[in-house]
Amino acid sequence: MLKQIEGSYAVADVVAMCRPNVISAYPITPQTHIVEGLALIVDEGRLEAEFVNVESEFSAASVVLGASAAGARTYTATTSQGLLLMSEVIYCIAGMRLPVVLTCANRAISAPLSIWNDQQDSMALRDAGWIQLHAEDNQEAADLHIQAFKIAEQTYLPVMVCMDGFILTHAFEPVDLPDPKEVDAFLPPFKPTNIVDPRWPRGIGLFADPRFYMETRYILHRAMEKSETTIKEVSSDFTKKFGRDSGGFLKTYNLKGADLVIVSMGSVVGTIKDLIDQLKEEGKNVGLLQICSYRPFPRKEIYNVLKDKMNIVVLEKSISLGRGGILASDVRWSFPRAEKKDRNISSFIAGLGGRNITQDDLRYMVEKVEKETVELEFLGLNKDLIAKKDL
Amino acid sequence: MKNTAQELERVEKKDLFASGHRACGGCGQALAARLVADAAGENTIACVATGCLEVFSSPYPDPAWRIPFLHSLFENASAVASGVEAAYKALNKGPVNIIAQGGDGSTADIGFQSISGMFERGHNVLYVCYDNEAYMNTGVQRSSFTPLGARTTTTPLGNKTRKKNLPLLAADHGIPYVATATVDDYRDLQKKVKTALSIEGPKYIHVLAPCPLGWGHHGEITIQICRLAKDTGLFPIYEIIDGKITNAKKIPVKVPVEEYLKLQGRFSHLFKKGAPSEVLAEIQEIANQNIERFNL
Ligand SMILES: Cc1ncc(C[n+]2csc(CCOP(=O)(O)OP(=O)(O)O)c2C)c(N)n1
Ligand code: SF4
Ligand SMILES: [Mg+2]
Repeated sequence: MLKQIEGSYAVADVVAMCRPNVISAYPITPQTHIVEGLALIVDEGRLEAEFVNVESEFSAASVVLGASAAGARTYTATTSQGLLLMSEVIYCIAGMRLPVVLTCANRAISAPLSIWNDQQDSMALRDAGWIQLHAEDNQEAADLHIQAFKIAEQTYLPVMVCMDGFILTHAFEPVDLPDPKEVDAFLPPFKPTNIVDPRWPRGIGLFADPRFYMETRYILHRAMEKSETTIKEVSSDFTKKFGRDSGGFLKTYNLKGADLVIVSMGSVVGTIKDLIDQLKEEGKNVGLLQICSYRPFPRKEIYNVLKDKMNIVVLEKSISLGRGGILASDVRWSFPRAEKKDRNISSFIAGLGGRNITQDDLRYMVEKVEKETVELEFLGLNKDLIAKKDL
Repeated sequence: MKNTAQELERVEKKDLFASGHRACGGCGQALAARLVADAAGENTIACVATGCLEVFSSPYPDPAWRIPFLHSLFENASAVASGVEAAYKALNKGPVNIIAQGGDGSTADIGFQSISGMFERGHNVLYVCYDNEAYMNTGVQRSSFTPLGARTTTTPLGNKTRKKNLPLLAADHGIPYVATATVDDYRDLQKKVKTALSIEGPKYIHVLAPCPLGWGHHGEITIQICRLAKDTGLFPIYEIIDGKITNAKKIPVKVPVEEYLKLQGRFSHLFKKGAPSEVLAEIQEIANQNIERFNL
């Protein structure tokens, strides 16, 4: 049913349809409306679940860890400082192979304090062993949550659904909310066996000495790699059942014959597509590669799709300080060193702390990389605010 | 699940926390964990914090636990136990005993927020704190439970502050049951565990668990150390039921604190020639205050 609805409430509605048994979260802008929505749904009895109102994100993550280890389907949501505060538990959840689903309402990280959007928060936890899926719009955000529970429970890997804070969480858009019965048919009840239960006494979370630790990390890494199949299957299954192409590994737009390809993820791809359409009218052929699954990283697909493209630019909302674009280095690594040395892969950092990414910015970027390879550039930087010695 | 008086008095030995773990000889915490598990019985889930207990009892692939055991981090045992409890409620499973357990550091310092949240939200969980008065697992560093005068590796000249009083802080959360115990009195500790588990809501038991390695005493005298901790008045034994302090255990013959302190290497500097006597006097003062406050 198509409904004009705020992104956060669409996610809350859809998460409720997935019937989590235990929800625990701590408020932080711009995640708040998601959990407020869920709290209301639980309070009104529309979802039978335990909503645990905790005293911190650290405890929210710990509560879902415990609940998941006891066999519950679990959900939490956070962003920015909250996600960083959770980080120790985030690693633990993955290491313990608990299929928790978390929404990250992407937001910048302090200092300076900023409640506005970028993707530094989820990037900071990209190595933790969580599947990370990025939504382009609110429809996809809603759809990805349904897929996330299924992927998590089939792979025993936790899934983080990333949606840009404010740009998506607070935007009113028409969203096709599924019939709960369809969701039930798509997502069977969670029946784990490796749980804490006195009927089958076992230890979960034992410590591993140097004879065993490496293997657990190897197995986890392999599980992340192998989840590729599940992510694709669940996405195509979703398309069959719900008629929408959501999720999967990556998507492309106007790639055929494109001289230049922009690689990006999250809500900014909408703006990029608009520009691509305009440029087309002007006789310029630019394509888009949109990453949906950031972890596991679709390296082989990227190579397959872009192997004939000689001019690529990566646009991202995060940075590894002292190193450069994080997504850019992932993309650069997708091409074997030896082949096509003259391939140009430029890197642009944009939209940090909620800075708008305008059509003019993007047009400037396209024109620049048509002329030269850009090692690293901050898009839309106001140089008047920066002292000469710092430039 | 009301226990009869007879059941409460019985000493349980079920080996649910099996021998063959890696604790030091005479470790008070190992003894306590066994007494707690055996008192609680098979229908129990242990949520354990990082620390000595976790390290000596849960190496892969041979943990000592014969009840389900869940460990994740140092500071979140209370929140993890809250999650387990929420899952049991949501899935209509149980009843089951959920016991969160940790050392003084994980309970009173880094996990203080977590335990406070668990108490305040009213989860049906028993928290047992094994108080060995320092961070033993990392090599005997000071915690907020380290007593005045005690030497630790981060208070090499002796601790300058008094011990934090968590049982009273726990009770101030309005939880229905709080108790203190030591490992020399099996019957008393197990009775308190059984009593706690028969009460709905959050419960807290604070167990003095001497650590031969960190306290500098022989493993054979762990039990004697416990008795002296009580008989000096330094570790009062009591329950707090619905906010009222009750059943404070009377001391048969009061013992000066020196008797307790001089058996332990961590206090030996207080007895060196020329050592200032104020610290000893203040420790005696703490014992006197306890005796008066709890009418021991
Ligand atoms: C976040 C974090 N900080 C520090 C540590 C290191 N650490 C592990 S156990 C421990 C001390 C445990 O002390 P306590 O809780 O009193 O238990 P004990 O070992 O004394 O029984 C410390 C500091 C850790 N594991 N995690
Ligand atoms: S160091 Fe202390 S607490 Fe740790 S195992 Fe040894 S005696 Fe027990
Ligand atoms: Mg300790």
